[in-house]
Amino acid sequence: MNASLFMRVLPPVAILLVGLAAWEIAVRVGQVPIYILPGPLVIAQTLVRDWSILAPSLVVTLLITLGALAAATVLGVAIAVLFAQSKWIELSFFPYAVILQVTPIVAIAPLIIIWVKDTASALLICAWIVSFFPIVSNTTLGLNSTDHNLLNLLELYGASRRQVFWYLRLPSALPFFLGGLRISGGLALIGAVVAEFVAGSGGVQSGLAYRILEAGYQLQIPRMFAALFMITASGILIFILLTMVSHFALRRWHESAVRREG
Amino acid sequence: MREGAALVALRGVDKVYSNGIVALKGLDLAVRDGEFLSLLGPSGCGKSTALRLIAGLGEVSAGRIEWSNGARRDIGFVFQDATLMPWATVVNNIYLPLRVRGVPKSEAAPRIERAMQQVGLAGFGDAYPRELSGGMRMRVSIARALVAEPKILLMDEPFAALDEITRFKLNDDLLALWASQRWTVVFVTHSVFESVYLSTRILVMSARPGRVSSEVAIDVASRREPSFRTSGTYAEQCRAVSARLAEAMRA
Repeated sequence: MNASLFMRVLPPVAILLVGLAAWEIAVRVGQVPIYILPGPLVIAQTLVRDWSILAPSLVVTLLITLGALAAATVLGVAIAVLFAQSKWIELSFFPYAVILQVTPIVAIAPLIIIWVKDTASALLICAWIVSFFPIVSNTTLGLNSTDHNLLNLLELYGASRRQVFWYLRLPSALPFFLGGLRISGGLALIGAVVAEFVAGSGGVQSGLAYRILEAGYQLQIPRMFAALFMITASGILIFILLTMVSHFALRRWHESAVRREG
Repeated sequence: MREGAALVALRGVDKVYSNGIVALKGLDLAVRDGEFLSLLGPSGCGKSTALRLIAGLGEVSAGRIEWSNGARRDIGFVFQDATLMPWATVVNNIYLPLRVRGVPKSEAAPRIERAMQQVGLAGFGDAYPRELSGGMRMRVSIARALVAEPKILLMDEPFAALDEITRFKLNDDLLALWASQRWTVVFVTHSVFESVYLSTRILVMSARPGRVSSEVAIDVASRREPSFRTSGTYAEQCRAVSARLAEAMRA
């Protein structure tokens, strides 16, 4: 652990601790009822006590999130590659990707849940719709951003389209793709949670969003907060993991990942 | 003189870009086997365009390009900026032309090693382009052109962006390579001094539309070496070429 990492971690952690302490004190001094706003200590206790209920829900939500992210990556890159093959394909289909992106998922989730019998699949589709766009648009941009002189050089050497794609276009798209992936990771989680809210009662397989709804009905406010905390923590974890993947892939050559000196 | 027959010749070549700019009009030039030919002229005279047409990048609008037997595919090209793949190491950058031709890495390794030694890059194989100075990057770019063992090396103001000390060093190294290999070089530059120092022949071009305005053969009996830069002959020839360039710009 070096000094700079320490300096990056210390301030936000300190702010967090101060904030939590202030929250706890405010709740106690103001004698705020637990069903309005529980303090962080109560929430932590609830998290431990209800772990047996919350943990399986966390697994359900995470599985949908990761499944959607995987699908967004595979299909997103595939669509971007298709777009990059010809300007006509891109011009013809890109507007529909935009339409999917700008239509609020809350509005179309009920339809998808009606059309798709299996709830888990319906949730997966919803989360995918929310998360695939950044990967498609970034990767398409990346595939079209190859250095023109490098393209000229390969033309000069008589390279085939496939060679140009594998040797030049795909590697130059990598930083763009990874940027899109980081955004999509967070969106996949949001998509999964929103779809769970719309789906409501999920029967046996209930995710964290359903736990929040359920706890709300039962006025178990601390459990709502505990579930909310788990969602947020998952989102942060996904972001950190994807950032690390990105850094690892680019650390030797891309300006974004190389330490700036002088 | 080891100059031979024409390796490639441009006959009455016009190049008109899609935006209507006439880059070249009736350009006639022949590149002789084994010579070091410079295309010298002000910016906008179409010298880079001519070089790209020789390389086969872009089509001529009129006229034709004639190649002597088989040389057509044996081209090396060096751009003004090094144009390296930032994600690949020096070795993999140099490997690119061979990789395109399907040469396996194991077979290419000794050739890459030799090219690196020729340009003074030994020991830098695992470095990434961003870790290198501008001069070193240009060396990688030259090594990449060399590794495919081209018959003709086309260079588009390759040293224009470098500092003078680095440029002089690369000039000398390039000349030594040219003397030891059996290449033909076509070198685009806007520097009178560089063209006189390097070339066996200079074509001075004038702009709007681009065409050859005059030809100067640089006759140096002795091999060029760094002392040539400060010699009286060099100064004389630079003066003569500068006068031709001034003429071309007035024309």
